[in-house]
Amino acid sequence: MIKVMFFARVRDLAGCSAVEIELPMEGATVADVRRHLMGLNEAMSKALAADDISAALNQQQCDSSQVVASGDEVAFFPPVTGG
Amino acid sequence: MAFKANNIRVRVQVEDFNVADEQALLCESNTNIGAVVQFTGVVRGDENGLTGIELEHYPGMTQAVLEQLALEATQRWSLQAVTLIHRVGWLAVGQQIVLVAVAASHRAAAFAAAEYLMDFLKTQAPFWKKEVFGNGESQWVVAKASDQDRLERW
Repeated sequence: MIKVMFFARVRDLAGCSAVEIELPMEGATVADVRRHLMGLNEAMSKALAADDISAALNQQQCDSSQVVASGDEVAFFPPVTGG
Repeated sequence: MAFKANNIRVRVQVEDFNVADEQALLCESNTNIGAVVQFTGVVRGDENGLTGIELEHYPGMTQAVLEQLALEATQRWSLQAVTLIHRVGWLAVGQQIVLVAVAASHRAAAFAAAEYLMDFLKTQAPFWKKEVFGNGESQWVVAKASDQDRLERW
């Protein structure tokens, strides 16, 4: 299992702040996880469609090519706007 | 004198902060300090009836990103102490959002590091603002390209 978290606009569109899913395949990347989620339902598909979405793996900003392992925490979020 | 890790203070909190208290803490028992630069970000009102902002963050990640930024600043400039405070939750127009406080022996390093920290905090730390208006409507703040552009200076 992996935990996937959503923040801000992405969470609003997804309709939930986190989901737990099986790793889509052995050696799946962050991009694979995103694609898999987008195939689950309409809300996920909309939430993760935007080009500006960033990802974090185990609470560190990451590239979409990063490989995800069982037990990992992945997060998807829009560009940050703090400060 | 080597920079001591315990001279970095990072807090993410709901509560307000007091800049005078933070400056006292920043400078406590350190006679090498000759310059303190503080930046405070405040919720700005607008003409569309903005009442405040809802500030969300990624709890597991925020603290680590801010600590890393502070550490990078201390490696880049000769600093004596750094404090970063960022509030989360509901913040009404006029309230304080963020504090960047830098103490150094000389002002040039303190000015530069404070600006560097704010520029990177705005583009790297996982915070998101939602604007809330008097008529009940709300909208997520969109990231500014100009904030991203500012990073190129460093």
